[in-house]
This record gives sequence, C-alpha cells and structure tokens, in this order.
Amino acid sequence: MKGNPIWEVFIRSKNGLEHRHVGSLHAEDAKMAMENARDVYTRRQEGVSIWVVESKHITASNPSESGEMFDPAKDKAYRHPTFYDLPDELEHI
Amino acid sequence: MKNIKDQEAAFQARIDAGEKIEPKDWMPEKYRKTHIRQISQHAHSEIVGMLPEGNWITRTPTLRRKVGLLAKVQDEAGHGLYLYSAAETLGISRDELFHQLHTGKAKYSSIFNYPTMTWADIGAIGWLVDGAAIINQVMLTRTSFGPYARAMVRICKEESFHQRQGYEIMLTLCQGTPEQKAMAQDALNRWWWPSLMMFGPRDEESPNTEQSVKWKIKRKTNDELRQQFIDITVPQAEVLGITIPDPDLKWNEERQHYDFGEINWDEFWQVVEGNGPCNKERLQARNDAWNNGAWVRNAARAHAEKRAEQKKVAEAI
Repeated sequence: MKGNPIWEVFIRSKNGLEHRHVGSLHAEDAKMAMENARDVYTRRQEGVSIWVVESKHITASNPSESGEMFDPAKDKAYRHPTFYDLPDELEHI
Repeated sequence: MKNIKDQEAAFQARIDAGEKIEPKDWMPEKYRKTHIRQISQHAHSEIVGMLPEGNWITRTPTLRRKVGLLAKVQDEAGHGLYLYSAAETLGISRDELFHQLHTGKAKYSSIFNYPTMTWADIGAIGWLVDGAAIINQVMLTRTSFGPYARAMVRICKEESFHQRQGYEIMLTLCQGTPEQKAMAQDALNRWWWPSLMMFGPRDEESPNTEQSVKWKIKRKTNDELRQQFIDITVPQAEVLGITIPDPDLKWNEERQHYDFGEINWDEFWQVVEGNGPCNKERLQARNDAWNNGAWVRNAARAHAEKRAEQKKVAEAI
C-alpha cells in the first residue's frame, strides 16, 4: 500500500533520561506524525521531547539469528568485575 | 524575544534547580564550547589511552592476563565512541574531532604520554590511572549535560572491572618473588605522581573551575577529587605492602585526610605542552592508525555502493 506509512515514536519522559520507544502510529508525513504522537502518547504529560522515525528506516536484528549475534559475549566472564580475585579487606574497588 | 542576559539567567536557574540540559535546549555558546572541548578531550583520552596498554597485549605473562587486557583495551575504544557521539550532539562532526586530535590541536589526558616499560605498569595503570579516572567519572555521571551524563553512567558500569584487573596484577606481583615485588614498587614509583596530576592544576591555578562548578559540569574541584583519590588509594597500597613514593604523606587526624607532598607542576606543564616522554610517539601512532586505515573506510564505502547497485538491479528485474 502506498502512503500513510508507520512511524515509530520515542519519548523522553524528562530531561536527563534517554528517549524510549513507546509505540508506533500512522501518518502521511513527519509533521503529522509528530502531531499525532503528541496526541496519542503524551496526553498526560508523559514527555518533554518526542522523536518520530519512519519505521522503514529502522534496521532490526533478526530474532532467528540471535544465537550467532549475541552468544559470543556469553563466555567472556573476564569482562566482569567478579572475575578478579581481590582480598576482602580491600575497600573502594 | 528575550534578551541574552535573561536567557542566561533562565538557563542558570534551570541548572540550579538540578535540571539536565539536552542537545536541542537553548544554551550559552560558552556552555556548548566548553562541553565540546571537555567531552572530546575525554574521548581522545580513551582512544590514545589504548596505546600504552596495547603495548603489552602480545607480551602478557598468561592467557588469563591477555584476555583481561584485551577486553579492557576494547572497552576503551568503546568508551571513546560513546563520548564522540555525545560530543556530536552539540553540532561538531566526527571528522572535525579527529582532525583536532591528529593535528595536535586537541588535548588528551597527559597520563598517556608516559611509557609502559614493564608488565607491572599494566597493573599500576589499572589500579591508579583507572582509579583516578573513576573518581572523576563517577562525579561526571551527575553532570548537567544529559548525553555526557548518560555516557558516563555506561562507562562507569564497564570501568569497574578495569581497576580490579589492574589491582589483581599488582597483588600477584607483590605476592611473588622479591624481583616481582620490586617491579610492582618501581611501577608505583613512576605512576604515582603522574596519577595525581590527572586531576589537573591546583584550584587556584584552574581558572575554569568556578564556571564549571556553577554550570555543574564539575561538581567537585580538582583538589577535592585529588584528595579523595589519595585517601582511598593509600590503604590499598598498604594491602599490597608497597610504599607510596612520597615522604610527606601522612594521615592528618585533624583534617581526617592524608597530607601529601608537593606535586612537580613544572613536569605537569611540560607534558601538557607536548614535551612528555611519549607525546610525539602517541600523536604519530594515532595519525598512522588513521592514515593506514583509510583503505578500510574506502572499502566499506565501495562495498555499500556495490550492494546498493545490486539491490537496484535485483529490484529492476
């Protein structure tokens, strides 16, 4: 179908926090997507800033390939602080 | 239209109220410039900081040490990238940031202009240099500029293993042969004073501190942070059983802090101005990495163009 594409909506609930994905909506262009996002997602002051991105511009990882995508980090315990043995009397590390 | 004085007063009121500033908010030009300078210096420090440690990746004493050090250096690269992207939210391009580093226009932390001469230096860096960096970075998680503060939260979370990794190296050496313990002591002797210099000049020599505190870019002064580092680190050296190379270092019961000797500020300024042991080598290494990596960037672009062309052909059929 041509026209009326989907837009993903991201809201910053307050300054200092990142924008978070809240959902999506349909709109003919960015300006209307922004207006719709305000009306659909921030009727109760849920945010101080909105991002809208047309969904087709988002490249998502493929769930069926999650294994090869994320498994390599599984066996790297040495990236974590608990891997290193330090005496109990040591403080502030 | 409000005049600039009113805008600046309103901006300051927001900061005083503990509000965070986000990239599209109005901000004084000096706030923007100060942040570009500080965040990019921080990013450059992460990137240049890979060099002294990278020097030992092929020569670690065990595989356990190798994977730890590799993971740490890899993290520094990641931290540099978080910070460059935070700087870019203020309207400066990545190319310009790299250009400033490669031409020597931008500064990075002077600590990375010292050489890593023995394996113990890797331990001392993790323990002392990362320890000092963590004190500064924990403070910066509460800085007023949102993207910088958020990058710092992520970095601090990842950083905690770095210091433990370094301390474990020091501990192993200190529990080893007399030669190994001497190597740890020698590393402490060489890295102690440069680590104290990481916090910058004394407060009275630091003209930007007052404005930075007012804007909540910094929440503590250089001298406060330095004192905090010393107070935390002295007992850690005692656990190792090695001696901090400062004859004036002693606990002050009245102040509830350690007193310490005079830092060699002449050395500090010499290194800042480019005359440290490794300044030229570091800058050359970054330029070489950039120039010798050009073919990779070109290949990626050529590959993307080829893929786009193939897609177009496939769609046309």
